[in-house]
Amino acid sequence: MSTTLLKAGSNLERILSDGRFGVTGECGPPKNADGGVIEEKAKILKGYVDAVNVTDNQTAVVRTCSLVASHIAQLNGVEAVMQMTCRDRNRLAMQADILGAVALGVRNILCLTGDHISFGNHPKAKGVHDLDSMALIRMFKAMRDERRFECGEEIDSAVPLYIGCAENPFGDPLEFRALRLKKKVEAGADFVQTQSIFNIPRFKAWMEEVRALGLHQEVKILAGVTPIKSAGMVTYMGRSVPGMDVPQEIIDRIAAKEKGEPQREEGKRLAVEMIKELAEVEGVAGVHVMAIEWESAIPEIVETAGLMPRPAVT
Amino acid sequence: MSDDAPRAGSTVADLPAEGAPAVPANEGFEPEIIVFACHYCAYAAADLAGSMRLQYPPNIRMIKLPCTGKLEVIHVLKALEAGADGVYAAGCLEGQCHYLEGNLWARKRVNHVKTLLEELGMDPERVDMFNMSSAMGPEFAQRARDFTERIRQLGPNPVRPRDGFEPAEVVRARMGDIALPETDAGADEDLTPTVAPAAEEGPER
Amino acid sequence: MITADRKPFEDIYSMTEGYDSVLVAGCDTCVAICLSGGEKEAEILASEISIKAKQEGRELTVEHTAAIRQCEWEYLDTIADTVGGFPLVLSMACGIGIQSMAEKFAPKVVMPAVDTNMLGMPQEHAVWLERCIACGDCMIGLTAGICPVVRCSKSLMNGPCGGAHDGLCEVVGRNGEPIECAWVLIWERLKAQGREELMFQYRPPKDWSKSSSGGPRKMVREDARPV
Repeated sequence: MSTTLLKAGSNLERILSDGRFGVTGECGPPKNADGGVIEEKAKILKGYVDAVNVTDNQTAVVRTCSLVASHIAQLNGVEAVMQMTCRDRNRLAMQADILGAVALGVRNILCLTGDHISFGNHPKAKGVHDLDSMALIRMFKAMRDERRFECGEEIDSAVPLYIGCAENPFGDPLEFRALRLKKKVEAGADFVQTQSIFNIPRFKAWMEEVRALGLHQEVKILAGVTPIKSAGMVTYMGRSVPGMDVPQEIIDRIAAKEKGEPQREEGKRLAVEMIKELAEVEGVAGVHVMAIEWESAIPEIVETAGLMPRPAVT
Repeated sequence: MSDDAPRAGSTVADLPAEGAPAVPANEGFEPEIIVFACHYCAYAAADLAGSMRLQYPPNIRMIKLPCTGKLEVIHVLKALEAGADGVYAAGCLEGQCHYLEGNLWARKRVNHVKTLLEELGMDPERVDMFNMSSAMGPEFAQRARDFTERIRQLGPNPVRPRDGFEPAEVVRARMGDIALPETDAGADEDLTPTVAPAAEEGPER
Repeated sequence: MITADRKPFEDIYSMTEGYDSVLVAGCDTCVAICLSGGEKEAEILASEISIKAKQEGRELTVEHTAAIRQCEWEYLDTIADTVGGFPLVLSMACGIGIQSMAEKFAPKVVMPAVDTNMLGMPQEHAVWLERCIACGDCMIGLTAGICPVVRCSKSLMNGPCGGAHDGLCEVVGRNGEPIECAWVLIWERLKAQGREELMFQYRPPKDWSKSSSGGPRKMVREDARPV
C-alpha cells in the first residue's frame, strides 16, 4: 500500500497511485427517467472495473444527468467517474454540481469540452461554453487544493476530487497533442483517458513524445479501447467520428467475419489483443474500455485480458 | 379560380400552376415577349434574319443593349410585372462577348430571376438566355419561334392585364439610357464608350 | 461589416397582410455592400411583392426607397416624408437600422425584411465569413490575430479540442461546408511568428460580463459630447 498522500481517496486513485494497472469502463445513462437502467449496468460491471465513467449528455443527446447516474452507480457497488462537459453548464452550475456530487460521495470527475451542440438532438439549443476544459480542470483543482470558488471566495468544506481529462492522440494539430496534455497536467489533471485507440503504432509514437516530456510520471494515462461490435460500426467510427484514426486492416479484419455474433467475437478478441499490447507500453497506467451500449462485453474482455481479479484496496 | 378549359394539343398537366390568368387560355392568347439583345451579336443576328427573310413571330419586342451584361435583375422583373409573358436575353456565344464577360453575368442574373420566379409560384421557364454569334440569323429566328411556342404552352402571365399594356415601354422607361435606340447599325459600329473629359472639381455627393 | 440575408419571400409577403400599401426601405451602407438590402435589392423586393399581389388580384401599392444609413437620425430625416405616406415599412437594413426606423417613426409598423446574421468579412466577392461577435474584450493579440471566441465553434481559449481533423473543425457549416479549426490556424501562425509560447500559456475563462451576455451595452465619449 503506497503512502502517497491521496487527493480524494477514491478506489481508482488508490489503485493507480499504488502503481497497479487500472481498469475503467463506461456506461451511458438512459434517455429516460428510469434509474433501473443504470442499476442494471452497474451490476454487470461490478467487480470487473475499478471505476465506471458515467457520460454527460454524450454527443449532445439528452440523457439522465451524470451526477445522478454516478450516484446510482455508486449505490450499486461500482465507483463512478462522473463526466462533465463545458457545453451545457456555466461555471456556476459546474461548481454547484460538483459540490453536490462530492456531497453524494462521488470523487472522480472527468473534465471534457463536449461534442458540439449541433451533433445532438437539440441542435437549436444554445451551447454554453462559458469555460473550456482547461479552465474546468483548473477550477476544480482550486476548489480542492485552495478551497476557493472560481470567483475567489472561500469554500468552507473539503472538496475531495480526483481530476481527470481526456486527450486525443490523433487530433489536429498532431504535433501539439503531447503539449496539450502537458498543458492539462499543468492545469491540474491527475489522470487522463485517451480517445479510442485503433492505430497502436501512432499511439506509441504519441507516448514517446509524452514520455519525453516526463508527463507519464505526473499523470496517470489510461489508454482508450473500444471493442468493435460490427464492421458497420467501426467503418462509421473511422469515417464520421471526428479525430478517430481507424486503420483499414482493422475494418477488414472484422469485415472478414460474418455479421452478427462472429463479428462481435472478433471485436472482443481484437480488444483483448489491444489491451495486452497497450499494457506493455511504458507510461500506460491502465485501460479505459468504452463498450458503447455493450457494457455486457466488458466482464468477458477484462477477464480474457487477464486483468481479473480487480484489486481490492482499503 | 376560373375553370381553365384545356387547349388543343395540351393535357390538363400542361395547364399553368400559377393561378387564374387574367386572359383565359382559350381566348386566342398571343404571348408578349421581351427580348434583350446585345448590339454585337444577337441584335445583328436578328437583323440578318430579317434580311434573309426568315420569319420570326411578331410577339417578340426587341430591346437593344450594348451588352447583355447591362441587363439587371430588376429589368426582367419589371417586364414581368408589367405583364410580359416571357423574357429572354440574347447575347454573344460564351467566350466571345465583346465586353469579355458581360454575357456570363447576364446568365447569372437570368438564373437568379428564375429562383425569384419560383418564390413567386411562377414558372421559371418564362425567362431564359440564349447565346449566338452575329452570323446566326437562322438560329435567332428559330429561338424566337421556339420560345414563343414555349410561352404559348405555358399560358399568359398570371399578372397580365386584360388590355392596354406595353411591357416594352415600361422596361425602356426603367432602363433609361442603357436601352439603345433601335437602328440598323451592324456590329461595325463600335459602342465602346470613350472616356469623358474630367469634370470640374465639384462637391462630393 | 454587418451582414444580413433577406428573409424567405413568403415570410416577407405575409407581413403585408391586411395592408393596402407598403414601403420597402433599403439601406445603402452595410446591407448594400453585402448585396442584401441596398436600394437595388429594395427595388427588386418591391417588384416581387407587387407581382405577387397582382397574382392574387389584390390591390397593394408598393414603393421602394433607401437611406444612406438607416441607423442615423439625420439620414432617416431624408426619407421621412416618403415613410410618412405608408402604414407599413419593410426595412431591409440591419437590426440596428430597423430599430432606428421603428423608433423614429413610431408607432408606425416597421418590419424586418432581412435577418441580420453576423459581423462578416468578405473573404472573396460575394462570400462572407463571420469574424467577430463583439465580445467587448478582444484578446486576438494572444492568438495571432485569429479570434477563437467566434472562429472556434466552442469558443475554446486554450487550444483545440479532440475533434479537429485535417485542419478542420468537427462541426460542419450550416450548408455542409467545412470549417477550418481556428486553433490549428492559430498554432500555424504562432509558429510562423516564432511565438509558440503563447500556445502554452493558460488563458483564464473569459469575462462574459463585457459581452452582450451582461446586458445591452452603451458607449459614451464624454470628450465628444456637446458642451
